[in-house]
Amino acid sequence: MFKRNNAIKSPRVSFTFEGCSIDAAAGDTIASALMLAGETHFRNTPVSQSERGPFCLMGVCFECLVEVDGIPNRQACMVSVREGMKVRRQKGAIGVEIE
Amino acid sequence: MNACDLAIIGAGPAGMAAATEAANAGLSVILLDEQPVPGGQVYRAIETVPEERRKILGPDYQKGIGIAEAFRACKATYIPEATVWNINPDLSIDYSRNGGSAQVSTRHLLIATGAVERPTPMPGWTLPGVTTAGALQILLKAHGGIGDDVVLVGSGPLLYLLAQQMIVAGVPPKAIVETVDRERYIKAARHLCSALTALPYLRKGMSMMRQIRRAGVPRYSGAHDIRIEGSQRADAVRFFANGRAHHIETSSVALHQGVVPNQQATRLLGCDHVWNESQRCFVPKLDEFLESSVENVFVAGDGAGVAGAKSAEIRGRLVALRVAGRLGSDTDAEIRALQRQLRRDEAIRPFLETLYAPSDEVMVPGDDVLVCRCEEVTAGAIREAVDLGAPGPNQVKSFLRSGMGPCQGRMCGLTVSTIIAERRSEDPGSIGYYRLRPPLKPLLLSELAQLEREPTRDEPL
Repeated sequence: MFKRNNAIKSPRVSFTFEGCSIDAAAGDTIASALMLAGETHFRNTPVSQSERGPFCLMGVCFECLVEVDGIPNRQACMVSVREGMKVRRQKGAIGVEIE
Repeated sequence: MNACDLAIIGAGPAGMAAATEAANAGLSVILLDEQPVPGGQVYRAIETVPEERRKILGPDYQKGIGIAEAFRACKATYIPEATVWNINPDLSIDYSRNGGSAQVSTRHLLIATGAVERPTPMPGWTLPGVTTAGALQILLKAHGGIGDDVVLVGSGPLLYLLAQQMIVAGVPPKAIVETVDRERYIKAARHLCSALTALPYLRKGMSMMRQIRRAGVPRYSGAHDIRIEGSQRADAVRFFANGRAHHIETSSVALHQGVVPNQQATRLLGCDHVWNESQRCFVPKLDEFLESSVENVFVAGDGAGVAGAKSAEIRGRLVALRVAGRLGSDTDAEIRALQRQLRRDEAIRPFLETLYAPSDEVMVPGDDVLVCRCEEVTAGAIREAVDLGAPGPNQVKSFLRSGMGPCQGRMCGLTVSTIIAERRSEDPGSIGYYRLRPPLKPLLLSELAQLEREPTRDEPL
C-alpha cells in the first residue's frame, strides 16, 4: 500500500475513477493519485484482456493508459489531475464509433 | 528562415545545462520538454519538493536546484508539456502541446532525452503492483508516496539509493533481492584501481550499504529463477538464492537492471548506433564533441551512454560550447577542460558496469516470459520466428507484432535484439534494432489537424 509520507499542504483536487470520487493533491498525476488511493488496475490489454497498472511512471511503458473525459489512450502518469475530471479504465482495444 | 541556433529536447541535467550555457553565450535556444517543470527524472520536482522530502532525497538530488535556477534565469525559450512526435531531416521539430501541434526549426539539435530503465522481462512482470524501481523513486520525489512492503529486485546502484531514501523516510523496503553474485565482485575488483579516482562515488556507495545494513533490511544475493506471483495482481516474489528457495509476500515489486539510453529520437533521425558490450546496450555513435553521425545533431546526458547526472551536466555544457564555437566564439580551451572533467567523472563506470551488469535471465529470458508487454509476445515466439528465418528485429516485428503496440518497442526492443543475437549466435550490434518512424509518441488526429503553420518554417507544408 502506498502512502504519502507527509500531509498534503497543496490544494486538494477531486476527480472520479470509474465513477468513484478520488481525493488528490494539486500536482498529482492521474497515476500517482490512483496509486496513492490504492488502485493498481488501470487497463485491460487488447490481446488477452489481462489487467495492467503503472510500470515506469515516466511516460515510456504505456501501461497506465486510461480514458480521460471520453478520450482514450491517455498516459495516466503524464496527465495532471484536474477538478471534476472523469477517468475510466481502458478496457481492451479501442474501436471507432460510426453513426 | 527563422531557425534558432540550438534546439534541445529534454529538460534534465544535460538539457538544462546546455540551454543555460548556450543562451549565456548569446545563442538563440529553444528547449522542449514533456514534463510541466524542468528537472528530468533525476531532478524530478526539483523546484517544488518540500524541505522535508529534500532531506530524504539527499545532497546529490539537491545539486539539481542550482542547475534549474540557472536555467530559469537564462534567456532560452522554454516550452514545457511539449511532446515531440517528429523530427524532420531539415531539423524542424513537430510537437504537440495543449491539444494542438506546432513546429520549430533549428540549425543544431541536442537530443537530451536521457535514459530509460532496461527492460526486465521475467515471469509475472506484467502484473499490476510490479513497477520499475525508478517508478517508485518518481512517486517519492514528485508526490511523497512510499509503499510499506516494497521488495526491490535486480541489480544496480539505484536499488540501494532508493532503499536508503526509503530508510531515511522511515519506511524501509521489506527486502532487497539482488541478482549480483560473488563472481561479479571478483570481476569488478579488476576495475577498482581506476574507480579509486572517482572516490566520492565509492564513498557514497559504501555509505548507502552501511545504512541498509544498519536498518536491518534483508538482502539476498545471487538470486536466480525469480518469478513474481499473483493472479490479478502481484502478491509474492519467489526465487532461489544460496541453494535455497525463497518466497516473500508483497504487494509491490520494484524491478531494476540498470538504465540504458533512450534511443527513440536518435533512431528516428537515422543516427548510427553501436553495441556497447560493457553497458550491454546500444549507444549512438558520437565524436569527442558528442556530435552524432547526422550532421548538427548532438546527444548529451545518459542518452549518449549512461554516465549519471554529473556527466550529463558536463556533456550538456560541452555541446553548447561546441555549437557556440561553430557560430564563431572561441571555446576550444573550455571544451578541453570539460572533456578532462568528463574523463574523471566517468572513471567509475567500468567498475559499476561490471559489478551491476544485467543478469542473463533478463537479457535472454525463458520461452514462457512475455517480452513485448503491449502485444503480449513471448520469448519463445520470438525464438520460433528466428528459427523460421526472421533475421532481425524488423522481421520479428512483421511476424509477431512485437514493438507495434502503444509503447512502440520501448519496452521490448533491447530484449528482442538480444534474443535474436543469442539464437543466431551473433553480436547484438550486427542484429540491430527496430526501425523507428514518426510519430515518436501516439498523438490524436485532432492534434495533428491543428498543426500550426509556424513562422519559423521557410516553406509551407
